[in-house]
Amino acid sequence: MNDLANSTMTQNSQPVRIDFNTPELQRKRRIRALKDRLTRWYVLVGGLAVLAAITLIFFYLAYVVLPLFQGAELTKKQALAPAWLQQDAGKPLMIALEEQNLVGMRVSDKGQALFFDTKTGNELKRVDLPVPTGTQVTSIGADQPGSPVVVLGLSNGQALVFHHSYKITYPDNHKTITPGIDYPYGEQPFVLDEQGRGLDHVSVNVNGDTLLLAGSTGAQLQVLALTRSENMMTGEVTTEQNRIALPQMTETVKNIFIDPRQQWLYVINGRASADVFSLRDKSLNGRYKLSENAGTEVTATTQLVGGISLVVGNSDGGLAQWFMARDPDGESRFKQIRTFQMGTAPIVQIDAEERRKGFIALDADGKLGVFHSTAHRTLLVEPVAPGAGILALSPRANRIIIEAAGKLLPLSLRNPHPEVSFSALWGKVWYENYDEPKYVWQSTASNTDFEPKLSLSPLTFGTLKAAFYAMILAAPLAIAAAIYTAYFMAPGMRRKVKPVIELMEAMPTVILGFFAGLFLAPYLEGHLPGVFSLFLLMPLGILLAGFTWSRLPESLRLRVPDGWEAAILIPVILLTGWFALTMSPHLESWFFGGDMRLWITNDLGITYDQRNAMVVGIAMGFAVIPNIYSIAEDAVFSVPRSLTLGSLALGATPWQTLTRVVILTASPGIFSALMIGMGRAVGETMIVLMATGNTPVMEMNLFEGMRTLAANVAVEMPESEVGGSHYRVLFLAALVLLMFTFVMNTLAELIRQRLRKKYSSL
Amino acid sequence: MKKDSLKGWFKSGAPGVWMSGGAVAMAVIMTVGLLAVIAVRGLGHFWPADLVQATYKVPGQAQQTVIGEVVQQEEVPRARLKGAGLPVPDQGPEFMTRELIKVGNRDLNGSDFTWVVGEWLVDEKRPSELMALERREWGNFYGYLVSVKEEGRVVAQGPAAWGELQARLQRANTLNRQLQALEKKDIGAINHGLERLRLQARKLELEGKLDAAAQADMDADRAELNSRYKAVEERLTGLHQAFARDSLVARDGNGREVEINLSKVVHAIQPNAMSGFTKLGTYFGKVWEFLSDDPREANTEGGIFPAIFGTVMMTLIMAVIVTPFGVLAAVYLREYARQGPVTRLIRIAVNNLAGVPAIVYGVFGLGFFVYVLGGSIDRLFFPEALPAPTLGTPGLLWASLTLALLAVPVVIVATEEGLARIPRTVREGSLALGATKAETLWKIVLPMASPAMMTGMILAVARAAGEVAPLMLVGVVKLAPSLPVDGNYPYLHLDQKIMHLGFHIYDVGFQSPNVEAARPLVYATALLLVLVIASLNLSAVWIRNHLREKYKALDS
Repeated sequence: MNDLANSTMTQNSQPVRIDFNTPELQRKRRIRALKDRLTRWYVLVGGLAVLAAITLIFFYLAYVVLPLFQGAELTKKQALAPAWLQQDAGKPLMIALEEQNLVGMRVSDKGQALFFDTKTGNELKRVDLPVPTGTQVTSIGADQPGSPVVVLGLSNGQALVFHHSYKITYPDNHKTITPGIDYPYGEQPFVLDEQGRGLDHVSVNVNGDTLLLAGSTGAQLQVLALTRSENMMTGEVTTEQNRIALPQMTETVKNIFIDPRQQWLYVINGRASADVFSLRDKSLNGRYKLSENAGTEVTATTQLVGGISLVVGNSDGGLAQWFMARDPDGESRFKQIRTFQMGTAPIVQIDAEERRKGFIALDADGKLGVFHSTAHRTLLVEPVAPGAGILALSPRANRIIIEAAGKLLPLSLRNPHPEVSFSALWGKVWYENYDEPKYVWQSTASNTDFEPKLSLSPLTFGTLKAAFYAMILAAPLAIAAAIYTAYFMAPGMRRKVKPVIELMEAMPTVILGFFAGLFLAPYLEGHLPGVFSLFLLMPLGILLAGFTWSRLPESLRLRVPDGWEAAILIPVILLTGWFALTMSPHLESWFFGGDMRLWITNDLGITYDQRNAMVVGIAMGFAVIPNIYSIAEDAVFSVPRSLTLGSLALGATPWQTLTRVVILTASPGIFSALMIGMGRAVGETMIVLMATGNTPVMEMNLFEGMRTLAANVAVEMPESEVGGSHYRVLFLAALVLLMFTFVMNTLAELIRQRLRKKYSSL
Repeated sequence: MKKDSLKGWFKSGAPGVWMSGGAVAMAVIMTVGLLAVIAVRGLGHFWPADLVQATYKVPGQAQQTVIGEVVQQEEVPRARLKGAGLPVPDQGPEFMTRELIKVGNRDLNGSDFTWVVGEWLVDEKRPSELMALERREWGNFYGYLVSVKEEGRVVAQGPAAWGELQARLQRANTLNRQLQALEKKDIGAINHGLERLRLQARKLELEGKLDAAAQADMDADRAELNSRYKAVEERLTGLHQAFARDSLVARDGNGREVEINLSKVVHAIQPNAMSGFTKLGTYFGKVWEFLSDDPREANTEGGIFPAIFGTVMMTLIMAVIVTPFGVLAAVYLREYARQGPVTRLIRIAVNNLAGVPAIVYGVFGLGFFVYVLGGSIDRLFFPEALPAPTLGTPGLLWASLTLALLAVPVVIVATEEGLARIPRTVREGSLALGATKAETLWKIVLPMASPAMMTGMILAVARAAGEVAPLMLVGVVKLAPSLPVDGNYPYLHLDQKIMHLGFHIYDVGFQSPNVEAARPLVYATALLLVLVIASLNLSAVWIRNHLREKYKALDS
């Protein structure tokens, strides 16, 4: 050892010395070190950035979804005390705001409409309404939210109808709003009460050419229908007046509302009751108690946009939504749908939004509440005024003006997504025009007063239904195939079969979807009995083939080595399949009167869609088979050899070894394969989009279609308004999908890792 | 061994073996069967089928002559036909045949296809003079050629007409190519120039630099473009007139005569008179046309070239984006990050992202890339075009980026696997010789892992090429007005919407008004897509196996 060391020392002392420390080499080393550091930083930053970009998906989706669940926000602005309000302005009957939030209108009991600037409160224009001299304005009524039609009830039993309108012009590129009042039905008031008594309450509705006026004098109802018709030849307009006589009532009328389809007339009267009249057959539909509580009185009522629902506020600070819904016996009844509680003080005024099914309410303590009916959400309750007042909500529902204590209080309201709540998304909701609470997804419609139905339940149900039927086909097939490939199959065959099945995995789903929709769906429809008998005959055929094989003479059997059973079965399966499908028309004409599809719909009473869950099950089953197969095969194949050999050595048959040792050991891996397959089936888009009718129904029926979360996003996303509630709900659907598959896959991965550890310790 | 009795056989467990073997066989049959159906239907579409002429006699109705291609034949229970309201006699065999015949002549018949009952078709023949016209509108025409006209005058009639027709058709097709070139290239360039001038003016105006000199400059440019446009337009009108010069008169099975302008005809063939060899020639001609032509008639006829081009372009851009970033992340994870629970967690997360539904990526792409990123870019760099969005709308760039994000886990996983396969000894050897870590990475590790990166990239491309759902949100349209690459500056238009093979299948198969006519085309498109993706995957598998062989030698 020592010698060796010495000898090298002596050898080294002789040769030419190389100087490794020349300035040039030093510089080179520095550059190399710098490059090394730079690379390190580059990889670090770049790698982390890529990983961050991937995780950004999750955060961005959450960021878009979050505003859905935030409440409303109210900002108070400087109170206005304009000069005209301090002078003799009269009692306010109504305030209104126009679209741009720039001009407000105030109608007073002096028969005057005054337009004011909402920023400064300054008077813009004052219009004296053509109220006949010597009469006073006693009441006011407006058509449903969003309509410019207003009616004034006069002390002589007459009613004056007018529109308030706002013209926008751009003189010198400067936006100017010119408010105005027009009288499309003439400046002459209509006679509502022929005896000339003062009208306590009035209501108006315009539907096409028919103007409907309703008024009350004490407990008496007066209803007048005016139909305008134009003579085609002369262009002359004639107005026909029609008095509708309704059964009279005993108690004092508090409020009158007309259904926009002019089918119902709602009269709030007495302490807390509502009489609903049918305007079609001019009869009383029924008398309904609006409150069970004896001491409670109705203090304010309004129609929601669309006019179908009434919101009733009472003296206890409670609010309730009511509308007409059919009983199981087919009779329409006025029903309480949902209630809200604002405070304890009586509700003074309720005002409905013009574009959504939301409303705001003011109580006697000056507290303001913001609500949404469909979502059953109380978004905000906040004190805003010193006491009771009169309020107006702007058409875009972002500005409120309250006149209270001789001042105008402007408030700005931020309430972007009131229509979404947990119960609206996942629970049963009672929608307008529905007879009972239901799970419905219907996000858009052509009319503006549409109530969006954003229940994710039917979509989630559809997703799980599609995945369920896919798994019914895929799970047994894929797992059996995986076990056979990994355990029984001859290695030579395995090398050929595995790539073929894994090639299935790469098959674009759009091709599977198109195949399912255009080929499979019509084919199945025409060969239903054949397909069902196929499911029965296939196992029987395989067993029969296996048994026959075992009875064949040895000489023949030994020609095919073990592990090639699958190859023998290919002709058997083809033959069975051919037999079942050729038998199909015969079976059909023997048992099902020639057409099984008709038989299913007529005799069994089951709906049959051509693109149904069975088609999806087969196509999507096909798509997930390779996913399940490759992971399960891996799990079975990597069961340690020692375990199986030990079992076989102890005398177990290969089948016993498989069922009692191999499958048990590999079961976590098989389970994780199923989970991954499920995750894929849940998120699959194109197949369900193309192979189902995409109707969001909640039926487990094998012969009906469904709409899945993923397909729904693909269909509706391109046309949803960016930043709107619908857009965000679709993001929520995507987030739900992401979370679901992510959790499933992570669990599966963890199970597999544990399994791998277990194997390595064995 | 009690192999004799059924009970013993069941006890031995053999049924389980057979059943599971059956599952494998079924999976293989399903895969191969699907491919076979698509291949047969897709390839069969281009074969010039014989035309059949027959008399169709529905009991109790006037008889009529049917000319067309038999597309499908099936046996149907008599009861079902009766249920459909057909006047089927009560007595007779249990089954009847039903045939789907492509009768063409949509302008005369209202639809291209008709179902007939085979038993009622009599007097079937295949006259060799029967002619099939492939038209630019109204689908195919089947019938007899009567005469050929030039500007309304008959120039050929009877047997001579066919040769005359072919010659004139060739002329018309040459003119059509010239017209297309003029319309697409020249006019496209002029329009592009005008649009750029408009944007330039708007930009100067926004910056407050639009003075008289600049205005005059642009006016001069505009005038020049306009005069060029005038010249092109004149040539165009001339060509159009020449193009519409000739026409033919044809007679359908029921003796109705129609005059069809040759500008509306693509091909005229007499399939019954063709030999197998000529048919083969026509077949490949049609296949080539399918691959290289633009679609016609709401995508239900013609070729799919723009879709192929769009798919290739998008996947290319995606591959260019995804490969370096995927490799970077893999190198970080495998070579630089400290191996511990955090890295393991990241690895699991990356793995799982490959299993996240594609539509989720589409939603993200639309929300983040298109609206947030694209919107900001528009405000910063293209204010002159606003309110029309430039990049703030779905387009090629965002489609590629979204797919890149979707495919990056694939590249990361594959590259990591490749890096893990490189034996430690190789790395340590390099370090021991004095190389820095960066040098080892560049000169030793990455070259050795390059086949793995290739595999990753190919798998990513295969995944991206087949994905449709996210693309529906971020930039694919049913009909793009022009290709994303052309001769106008900046040559590659990343903001343009593209066509895509997968989306083409969805759109033509499910959104088109004439699904029956489009069906063969969808099969052909599907076949093309399957072939592309299968070959990509097989090459990835081959590279991977090759790689394993290579490292086997290193390990020992």
